[in-house]
Amino acid sequence: MALIGRALLLIALGTAGFGIWASIYGVRNGRREWVDAGRRSVYALAALATIAFVILEDAFWRNDFSFNVVANHSSTTTPAFYKLAAAWSSQEGSLLLWVFLLSLWSSLMLFLVRKRAREVTPYATAVLLGFAAFFTSLAAFWANPFSTSSTPPSEGAGLDPLLLHPTMMIHPPMLYSGYTLLTIPFAFAVGALVTGRLGAEWISLTRRFALAAWLFLGIGILLGALWSYTELGWGGYWAWDPVENAALMPWLCITAFIHSIMIQEKRGMLKVWNVSLVLGAGTLSILGTFLVRSGILDSIHAFGASTLGIPFVILIAVMVMGSIGLILWRREELRSDARLESLLSREAVFLFQNLVLVGMVFVIFWVTFFPLISQALTGTKVSVGPPAFRPFIVPLALILVALSGIGPIIAWRRVTVANLRRNFALPVAAGLVTLFVLLFLPGGPRSRPFALIMFALAAFVLTSVAQELWRGVAARRAMTHDPVPVALVGLVRRNRRRYGGYTVHAGLAVLLVGVAASSSFQHSNDVILKPGQSASVDGYAIRYVRPVETISSQKIGFGAVLDVTKGGKHVTTVTTVRNFYPSQNPNDGLIGKFFDTSNADSEVGLDQNLRRNIWTVINAQPTPLASLINKGNNVFAAYAPQVMTKAAKLPPAQAQAAMNTLWEYRDAAVSEIAHRFVTNPWPTEFLLIVAPLVSWIWIGALIIGLGGLIALWPVPSFARRRAQAPSPARPPAPPSPPATPPRLPVREPV
Amino acid sequence: MQYLFVFVVLAGVLLFVTAPLRRASSAEPSLADANLAELEAAREAKYRELSDADLDHRTGKLSDDDYEEIDRTLRGEAITIMHDIDRATIDPQ
Repeated sequence: MALIGRALLLIALGTAGFGIWASIYGVRNGRREWVDAGRRSVYALAALATIAFVILEDAFWRNDFSFNVVANHSSTTTPAFYKLAAAWSSQEGSLLLWVFLLSLWSSLMLFLVRKRAREVTPYATAVLLGFAAFFTSLAAFWANPFSTSSTPPSEGAGLDPLLLHPTMMIHPPMLYSGYTLLTIPFAFAVGALVTGRLGAEWISLTRRFALAAWLFLGIGILLGALWSYTELGWGGYWAWDPVENAALMPWLCITAFIHSIMIQEKRGMLKVWNVSLVLGAGTLSILGTFLVRSGILDSIHAFGASTLGIPFVILIAVMVMGSIGLILWRREELRSDARLESLLSREAVFLFQNLVLVGMVFVIFWVTFFPLISQALTGTKVSVGPPAFRPFIVPLALILVALSGIGPIIAWRRVTVANLRRNFALPVAAGLVTLFVLLFLPGGPRSRPFALIMFALAAFVLTSVAQELWRGVAARRAMTHDPVPVALVGLVRRNRRRYGGYTVHAGLAVLLVGVAASSSFQHSNDVILKPGQSASVDGYAIRYVRPVETISSQKIGFGAVLDVTKGGKHVTTVTTVRNFYPSQNPNDGLIGKFFDTSNADSEVGLDQNLRRNIWTVINAQPTPLASLINKGNNVFAAYAPQVMTKAAKLPPAQAQAAMNTLWEYRDAAVSEIAHRFVTNPWPTEFLLIVAPLVSWIWIGALIIGLGGLIALWPVPSFARRRAQAPSPARPPAPPSPPATPPRLPVREPV
Repeated sequence: MQYLFVFVVLAGVLLFVTAPLRRASSAEPSLADANLAELEAAREAKYRELSDADLDHRTGKLSDDDYEEIDRTLRGEAITIMHDIDRATIDPQ
């Protein structure tokens, strides 16, 4: 099967190359059949990538260790659920996943627009196939997932324990879907720039894919945060890690684009800005893949450094230089058709919001790459952490939240002072009341001004969204006389972009309340406890009740049952475990390989509700067992060769039985040594955290996702929905509009 | 067997991708078609803008005077686009 996989990659590469040539030749010579052949190349590429990906997944499923990638990233003891996810834990598999997802999304896009944008689409097809060719050639020549070994091992190295988490099944495909979807607006922007078709069409074609990229990338980022919170054992959900930032930057960029394209659609403004955002987001998506795959920056998420840096740098350089060149070439056509009428308008708010978002991207980019910049300038790699981000990101986030509340209650084009007063009165009052209540509340959050402001702004946003929904429902009811729930559904259904967006704003406010509260008012205690001892965190007494163990062929777990009380009353009981996975390093010894601290993960003991999370993790070390482990290693180092030598002279069945006996003794020894954690427990380190409102982060993210889905859902076309004149259109009238223009669309319920 | 499978896949891809080339040659749509598509997209956007202004007015974000003026402007712009569409439809050149 590996041979077929390799051949499919080469055929895919040839297909992509042909498709690029056919698309450009077809459009430049006005030959539709060649353009169609180019589009079909994308469909064929999708089929080839799908078969190749299925072959790879099948190899993982069958434990086919003749595939090097399977031998290096899976084992017979890897749970079946994770065997499928192991494919994208490897560099080789993730490159193939990129091609697979890119070809699927590209096929969908090109199928949907097969009869539209005839000039722009062939160039977009060529760009998409260019990306596919790049990643296919990496998979075919640099990191081939189908490379094999003539002497396959009997057992694989297994999956990195940190990746044994349910979110890993969907987190990478979501992120990669986001990244690959971002290449679609990028490709169409390039097509629009090449052809000079910079009007409304390419925007309307790509808007939904930009939104889908935003949604998938957002889900991927959220799942990554959840994984970090429950798996990495440091108690946080966002570490400003380079790989996290690599996903956040294009997400912020495309968030700005989703807002600013509305200004271009409505007013013909910000054309340069919009193409720059799309081209920037597309380039950042490649940069994100590069950061994950290259290992150029130290990251907890970079699973395997590689030698792919140079090809990626070349691609990114081509994208940046090409984008700048195209924009400069089309700068005349990219001039705005209109001007901002008033600073008191939704356009102005969107513009300001765009500046804030892009400002965030610049800050994150600069601080993330500062270690590399410092190394290039001074020869010393200066490490910067979360404190370097906060002074910039926190104020920008506050402004962003404020704008997300102002946006929904301000009209397009212009507003009067009276309207402003009417629309802002309630939300501003809600924000001020929240501010003063929290300010004067006994034990309130006075000591954390940023958090205090965030809570007040969140109240402002939520009230403004609720007010908008209520007024919209009232307006609809005035026309339809529907009951409130029916009117609400009808209102949202007919205005999905608007109310989907408002829902996202509400979700953002909830999420940032969770972030502000949990980061500002978190209490933690790093303690060493023996069974029976207690530690106190934020008024909670946490007692180490008893040690627990899990011993299996896959892992050895040292855990603890913790009892949590407050004021003498029982609150909850949680269990946290540190798992050690067998290493493949022969120097660890036959016993020591089961106690490898570099091959370990954490199971968090978590009790969460809407108000607070009690988060605990044990950092058990097998150090006190070192003498026993060494003794066992020495015994088996002497005993095992003797058994193996004898077994080599025996018939196969007896040899196998002899070896099995050896492994049984070894397992018994390992089990006995590990059992000491329960029979002779030693003082163990715990990290105990009590943080408020963490659940609000996940709830806010769900609300954001819901809003994204509402906005993404197709809206009926106005042109199709509205009645058309039965007779052919009249000859054109003078271009200036008449004094009393005829009523265009029939007024319908909102 | 594996070589045969690869050969079949290769042949299938070739046949599928080059199928349009075996049909009679057809010209790409004219410049006028592309212009029309742009105008139709602009018309959709203008309709959406009209609808948004209407909703802004009904939810109290636009005063009656502002709404009348904006609505009149938008309808004028929409009519101009529709005239352009008429012109492009009747006289594609």
